[in-house]
Amino acid sequence: MSAKRCEIAFTVNGTAHSVSVYPMERLLDVLRIELGLTGAKEGCGEGECGSCSVLLNGELVNSCLVPVLHAQGASVCTIEGLAPGNGALHPVQQAFLKCGGAQCGICTPGMVLATVHLLRSNPSPTLEQVREGLGGNLCRCTGYTRIFESVLEAAEAKAVKV
Amino acid sequence: MQTRIVGVSVPRKEGASKLTGRARYIDDLSLPGMIFGATVRSTIARGAIEKIQLGEGVAWHEFTIVTAKDIPGRNVVSLIMEDQPCLADGVVNHPEEPILLLAHPDRHALAAAIAAVKILYKPAPSLHTIEESERRDLIIWGKDNIFKSYLMEKGDVDNAWESAAWIVEGEYTTGAQEQLYIEPNGVIAQASDTGALTVWGSMQCPFYVHKALVALTGLPAESVRVIQAETGGAFGGKEEYPSMLAGHASLLAMKSGRPVKIIYDRMEDMAATTKRHPSRTRHRTAIAADGKLLAAEIEFAIDGGAYATLSSTVLSRGTIHAGGPYFWPNIRVHAKAYATNTPPHGAFRGFGAPQSLFALERHMDHIAHTIGMAPDEFRRRNLLHQGMTTSTDQMIHEPIVMDHLLDRALDLSAYHAKVEQFKTHNLTSPQKKGIGMAAFLHGAGFTGSGERYLNAVVGLEATAAGGLRVMVSSTEFGQGTNTILCQIAAETLGLEYDDVSMAPIDTSTSPNSGPTVASRTAMIIGRILQTAALKMRQTLIDAGLLETSSGREQFLAACRTYRERFGELQSFGRYEAAPNIFWNDELYRGEAYPAYAWAVYVATVTVDTSTYSVTIDDFVALQEIGKVLHPVLAAGQIEGGVAQGIGYALYEKVVWNDGRMINNQMTNYIMPTAEDIPPIRVFFEEVPYQYGPYGAKGIGELPMDGPAPAIVNAVVQATGISFNAIPLLPEDIFRGLTAEPERPEESLATALAAEGSQ
Amino acid sequence: MRAQPSQYELVAPGKLAGVLDLMAREPGVWLPIAGGTEVMVQYGAGRLGARKLVSLWGLPELRRIERTSQETIIGAGCTYSDLRKHLHLAQEFPLLGRAASWTGSIANQNRGTLGGNIVNASPAADSLPALLVYEAELLLVSARGERRIPYAEFHTGYKQTVLAADEIIAAIALQPRFNGYYSYSRKVGTRNAQAIAKLCLAGLGKVSGNKIEDVRLAIGSMAVTPLRLKRTETVLLGQAWSPTIPREARKAMETEVAPIDDIRSTAAYRLHVAGNLLQEFVEALFASESVEIEP
Repeated sequence: MSAKRCEIAFTVNGTAHSVSVYPMERLLDVLRIELGLTGAKEGCGEGECGSCSVLLNGELVNSCLVPVLHAQGASVCTIEGLAPGNGALHPVQQAFLKCGGAQCGICTPGMVLATVHLLRSNPSPTLEQVREGLGGNLCRCTGYTRIFESVLEAAEAKAVKV
Repeated sequence: MQTRIVGVSVPRKEGASKLTGRARYIDDLSLPGMIFGATVRSTIARGAIEKIQLGEGVAWHEFTIVTAKDIPGRNVVSLIMEDQPCLADGVVNHPEEPILLLAHPDRHALAAAIAAVKILYKPAPSLHTIEESERRDLIIWGKDNIFKSYLMEKGDVDNAWESAAWIVEGEYTTGAQEQLYIEPNGVIAQASDTGALTVWGSMQCPFYVHKALVALTGLPAESVRVIQAETGGAFGGKEEYPSMLAGHASLLAMKSGRPVKIIYDRMEDMAATTKRHPSRTRHRTAIAADGKLLAAEIEFAIDGGAYATLSSTVLSRGTIHAGGPYFWPNIRVHAKAYATNTPPHGAFRGFGAPQSLFALERHMDHIAHTIGMAPDEFRRRNLLHQGMTTSTDQMIHEPIVMDHLLDRALDLSAYHAKVEQFKTHNLTSPQKKGIGMAAFLHGAGFTGSGERYLNAVVGLEATAAGGLRVMVSSTEFGQGTNTILCQIAAETLGLEYDDVSMAPIDTSTSPNSGPTVASRTAMIIGRILQTAALKMRQTLIDAGLLETSSGREQFLAACRTYRERFGELQSFGRYEAAPNIFWNDELYRGEAYPAYAWAVYVATVTVDTSTYSVTIDDFVALQEIGKVLHPVLAAGQIEGGVAQGIGYALYEKVVWNDGRMINNQMTNYIMPTAEDIPPIRVFFEEVPYQYGPYGAKGIGELPMDGPAPAIVNAVVQATGISFNAIPLLPEDIFRGLTAEPERPEESLATALAAEGSQ
Repeated sequence: MRAQPSQYELVAPGKLAGVLDLMAREPGVWLPIAGGTEVMVQYGAGRLGARKLVSLWGLPELRRIERTSQETIIGAGCTYSDLRKHLHLAQEFPLLGRAASWTGSIANQNRGTLGGNIVNASPAADSLPALLVYEAELLLVSARGERRIPYAEFHTGYKQTVLAADEIIAAIALQPRFNGYYSYSRKVGTRNAQAIAKLCLAGLGKVSGNKIEDVRLAIGSMAVTPLRLKRTETVLLGQAWSPTIPREARKAMETEVAPIDDIRSTAAYRLHVAGNLLQEFVEALFASESVEIEP
């Protein structure tokens, strides 16, 4: 038996899209395959590693756990939408580059978006708050130390507008 | 020597592309007409395959199906011993062993198809632990279940016991550990109709994959091309396994005539691919009245899983590191790698050393406690110094600063003050505090004559765009290969960091600089790169295009001119062994490694006696590594390694059921999160190594060796219970703290026997 | 990803009435999905039995928090983040906010719902012991109408509930009867974040004149359902402090729980640590009398 495709109209990184997909396709797969936005990664498929994190209507979510139907009419922000363009980096990305917050890079898109999400609601987090804000993004390479530095550096530089 | 680029934390070479999501990992890549592959795996640990049936409800005609019969070359994953088949043919020797491959244009159709393949087995008895394997009630591999054994001897152990003031024994065990790179294994293979095969993948060693594909397909070497894609973490887990996966994708590509992508999901990756070898080490040590080590008899055993794969080399490194950074006048190590019916264990950062060093450093504390000497003092009395010989009779010619590292680590961690403070604190508080240390070393580069055998080649070329490109097969997977190699080349030639980039890693164009393992990239490859760079300079001088005192502008101009004149400018360097490196493979004696990094780590912990959980309050990681090529990258390597060591010690338990990992999901294989890792304080010292680039030695694996013993030593101090197995979970601490009292440390062996294995 | 999306229907009627009509027409056929943090994990692992799903996500009727003088009504569609952000909830029912902060990660808190946590009925769920001690009531709704039941009656066995095939949880009602109470909760997990509980104890208590005037205790991961520790409460009620009290409480607790060995932990560990947490609670409860609690 087969479900019917449906039209999902949503905005991704400021651009309107309309895709014809099965409602239970994962938002992660629609972003990566339909839209070619491969920045969000699949590290576990169970909402534990956070490498699939995107912002859905401004909220940090694990896109491997979001049925695309739930993105109907929504505004999605992926890592590709963060940098201002013209080759420059977003201040959070800049902080990560300076402080060594990315090693293999696979957790990085999710980690950067989690950082943006944190700093938007809490522009001057304590270390404890940074740990909690990033608690859902696993990194196997860095031991998190330099990631914390990157986030605190970004906060110091007022990298994110509230 | 003053350096401008080396020693500076320049931006990671591929950092911007990783931070913006532009970096393309294997699952981000696609080829026209590409289909998707998946693997049907054994559900039993050992036995014969009687029948394979393709079940109902699947349109099998739409699938490409590959079995062992489709292998054109040899059915092996060619590595060292060639006992591992690429696809099981009639028999299986471990759960998850690959039997059948399927491919289909719709990625989503595969799971149902795998479930519909019915395999009839005739199960046979199986073995799952070192103890079962060594009993030899059942032989599952070779004549005696032993993949490899070593006997390493120095001095006269047998006659040392009589002069001992103390003889102390201990048994220490370590569990399997999953590398858990956040990017699972994946490849794409494409076979052309003219018999050329190209494979892209997440990998550490493209030439290993190349060799394996040549053996599997029977194709000539020049027809096989392997390209590394951006790799999302590896830690050894992508050293040998990609050869298997590339083989599978290639077979499907050759049979279907289409490019085939295989990406493992997390559950499959955890259950089916390699893990760190579990180990059991038994120590028997003779100590003199003044606390000097007289002799050691060490029995070191590792569980290799069902096929030999890399067990012989893991065993080798574990054996050589078994004596640690101490002077042993007499030492004997009996080492064996055993076969069990488990998915083969493989490379994981440290490669045998974390196992044997855990045992040694726990044992050193155990001895200190037994003889009534402070753990730091006992170590101090026995540290190696310049001019002394290691366990393999290697004389260390360079200065060793371990005494100073010990002093400094004790100072940085406020060790003695805390020991006193905690004694008082623990009398009344339910939060027991402890501080523990580990002193260790890690040899960089391949063992003994390994580097000569690898005979690495490194190239440097001038590009049409006007800069230089480093040509190596040394892969980047987060540790900073791209960055440090570009730094070294730029520094050597007086150029800017941005003048140098990395050529793509592609076996059809990259020289073979060997695998990216064994902490060899900075020290060995970096050094050869300097040779290649200087050769390029000399070539330009010889061509009359450059003065010996020329600067950057002239150099780049000379490159341009040379290219205009001759078409291309490439220079190559080849590995040259440092003088006086002799290794006897029979006797296991001599210069085991060209250089060692040295370290002392100190962990401060709190054990909560209501939940028995351990919190690490402080972690000091102090090491001497020759030259810090890039402060941020170097610190990042240590921090990441320490975090993995913390997982190894306290969190990461593989739960087995008849050889199958049953907690194969991120929700139940517990890796530390951002809320679990303590502040890790990293410090470096530099004793330049003459034959390393700018004095650098290898550091990638070093940080894996120290955390587990330091942490467990701290927990032992906090609780007064001798814990000798990792992972050490709250449930284990609970059992230790609430078990029958009065278990003196001396009767450890009996106690462990009574409690059974972890 | 082990499921075939083409085999799954997911509809979003957009209004609660539409959802209930659908479920009434085909009871037991349509699986409600809210944030998906549980259902989508099953789906991705190829273990989701249902093929038809109806979305509750974002339904305004379910995602609201209303506060009257009598009670606070939390829509079942409220996410953990919603709970954490709601100031009055944090003040009046601190155990719930705390449990919400323990659940999953920020990303999962933004999607996981209280209703989903209850319906999933895992004995390890973080918020359920809090609901037991607060003596929450559930508002269940179907096309046939509404009913209100004590939450304590919701679970009947391991992952078994009284929910009818055409019914969903509309809201959770809490009465603010715990002014001045000492509140305690502690979760023991495999790590500090993103951990399924090995056990979780929630407690409320009031001490007056050095005697326990009222006490409520609930525990998770120690039985097939989250459990109210009635025998333990009985032993504690009316008692004045003495050093034997924690031991008596522990003994009583041990008779009413049934912990198991599983992939995360052992029965022996769970039992002993539960007793330790109980001791911690009792000692802190008695100590709390000397602390002024703001009305």
